[in-house]
Amino acid sequence: MTAATRPGLGRMAYLAFCTLVFVFLVAPILVIVPLSFNAEPYFTFTEGMLRLDPDAWSLRWYREIIENEAWTGSLVNSMVIGVSATVIATVLGTLAALGLANPAVPARRAIMGILISPMVTPVIIAAAGMFFFYSGLGLGQTHLGIILAHAALGVPFVVVTVTATLAAYDPNLTRAAASLGAGPWTTFRRVQFPLIAPGVISGALFAFAVSFDEVVVVLFMGGVDQRTIPRQMWSGIREQISPAILAVATFLIAFAALLLLTVEWLRRRGRA
Amino acid sequence: MKVPVAPERRAQLRALGLVAPLLIFIGVTFIAPLATMLTRSVHDPVVADALPETLALLEAWDGTGTPPEAVYAAAARELERAAAERTVGQVAGRVNRVQGGLRSVVTGTARELEDLDRGPWREAMTAIDDAWADPATWHAIRTTGERFTARHYLNAVDLQRLPDGSVASQPEERRIYLRLFWRTLMVGGVITLLCLLLGYPIAHLIARSPPHRANLLLVLVLVPFWTSLLVRTTAWIVLLQTQGVLNDILVATGLVSDDGRLAMVYNMTGTIVAMTHVLLPFMVLPLYSVMRGIPSTHMNAAASLGATPLQAFLRVYWPQSLPGVGAGALLVFILAIGYYITPALVGGSDGQLISNMIAYHMQTSLNWGLAAALGGVLLAGVLVLYALYDRLVGVERMGLG
Repeated sequence: MTAATRPGLGRMAYLAFCTLVFVFLVAPILVIVPLSFNAEPYFTFTEGMLRLDPDAWSLRWYREIIENEAWTGSLVNSMVIGVSATVIATVLGTLAALGLANPAVPARRAIMGILISPMVTPVIIAAAGMFFFYSGLGLGQTHLGIILAHAALGVPFVVVTVTATLAAYDPNLTRAAASLGAGPWTTFRRVQFPLIAPGVISGALFAFAVSFDEVVVVLFMGGVDQRTIPRQMWSGIREQISPAILAVATFLIAFAALLLLTVEWLRRRGRA
Repeated sequence: MKVPVAPERRAQLRALGLVAPLLIFIGVTFIAPLATMLTRSVHDPVVADALPETLALLEAWDGTGTPPEAVYAAAARELERAAAERTVGQVAGRVNRVQGGLRSVVTGTARELEDLDRGPWREAMTAIDDAWADPATWHAIRTTGERFTARHYLNAVDLQRLPDGSVASQPEERRIYLRLFWRTLMVGGVITLLCLLLGYPIAHLIARSPPHRANLLLVLVLVPFWTSLLVRTTAWIVLLQTQGVLNDILVATGLVSDDGRLAMVYNMTGTIVAMTHVLLPFMVLPLYSVMRGIPSTHMNAAASLGATPLQAFLRVYWPQSLPGVGAGALLVFILAIGYYITPALVGGSDGQLISNMIAYHMQTSLNWGLAAALGGVLLAGVLVLYALYDRLVGVERMGLG
């Protein structure tokens, strides 16, 4: 007991180390935000910025991305592809998780292994295979091809999240509803779904985030008409790196924070 | 006894009916593409389709000296047809991969054959290019003519088939893939270790914090988890490049001179730093979920029994946290060895991993068979680790802690 209460050197070092790790996790992302307001086309803080000289700060990169059709078009593509892939992944993933919650399902473990495999398969292999396969079906360079591919990549997150929520679901509630005369569909709609909804929504947000951040499949399968935001950033980083990318990145950080807070809120609600 | 079986059977069927749509969907949109790619790694019909008669006649050739005139006649006819059908470029590319320098021989000969309509073909072809008098050329054609072939896999592990059918190492300068696989495993190992080193203490801190603070700290771990991978990679370029923030700080504080700025990105350092950052949450989350279940009374009990904090940690806490260590380390390692985006953007030339080589053969060299074989080897490795993960942790607890 004494060792724990005395703030010894070891404990100080431990806390200092932990602080550094948290800085390592978060600081690189936060650095992007002020740099996106740089008036100069540099990727570092100019002297003027450090002096807080208002002339050294500007919104020019934000203006640039809003006026640039390549960026606005890629936002539209990202949203169309992301939302469509999410709908497919969420519906199919939730149904499958409901089925898998039944312990009587044969080969449950093997099925789970197949359904979750897109999560661990190196994306380059998946993208290469999809390039051959989807081109053969005439789905190369189409929105539909990328939507299907993204749905497959996002579905494991839905299965995992909904399965976790269902583990906390008390099957007696289903029996109680049935004993009160509710049919299976009514029971699902009125009892089970409201209780697992937070997990379903979390899974959907995960699936959306996967699609919204996916670049390799788009690189292999997408044409000019399927350029998404990550695809646009990819060429930005590889070809003409400009602080406009930092402005886009700042948007994406804000968006990620929003998604994260929503999921955390849902998680706590789901547990309560 | 018969009555209760029926409803259970029905429930089972209903459950399967719910799972089936997704199983079919994943089968078509994901598993079938993987199967297509794996097929390509062993199946390559281009040369066999373009030169069927030549290959059939070559069967009878004993492999020494030049083949008989009939082979030349068939080759001349089929090469001319391939030129007309515009498949000669694909044939030439494949032959060239077995025997360097033959691309222009094949395409050039095919072009000149269009102006010839009479044999003897052996003299005619040898006159166009004397490579046609070299048995190695015919060995190369015979090798690429195999419809089903192991040569891509042999190539992927730095082996080749010699003309006499035996398997041998590639020449020194062409042995690159095993080294790259090895480098990928090493980088994966280093990143896994770094993630464990950085992640273990903070997972412990979060697990021991009161709920309110634990939630706040968890959000800090989850911020990078949710932030776009491209944003995080951009962030590291901004921080680490020679004119970047970190170098500016080092110069401003006098730790580094202005012309001695450190090269921290577009090399292996960049790959390791950025990937550690990207994968750290995948280590922290499983560690945290295991550590949360370790009662704090255990450490107190060890201390009250006279253990020093180090002894208590090594004998009591560490063994109990091992499931989390195993889950986190496996997950990080699996994700690391398949990584593509981060090394491609910040790896420079020496920070590339096996995935980047697959992308190179897919997009630049267009050697799709080899790309598929390299992918097949990588996929086999990942699947073994995935099965191990399933045994130890269960795949349904993947990633999210």
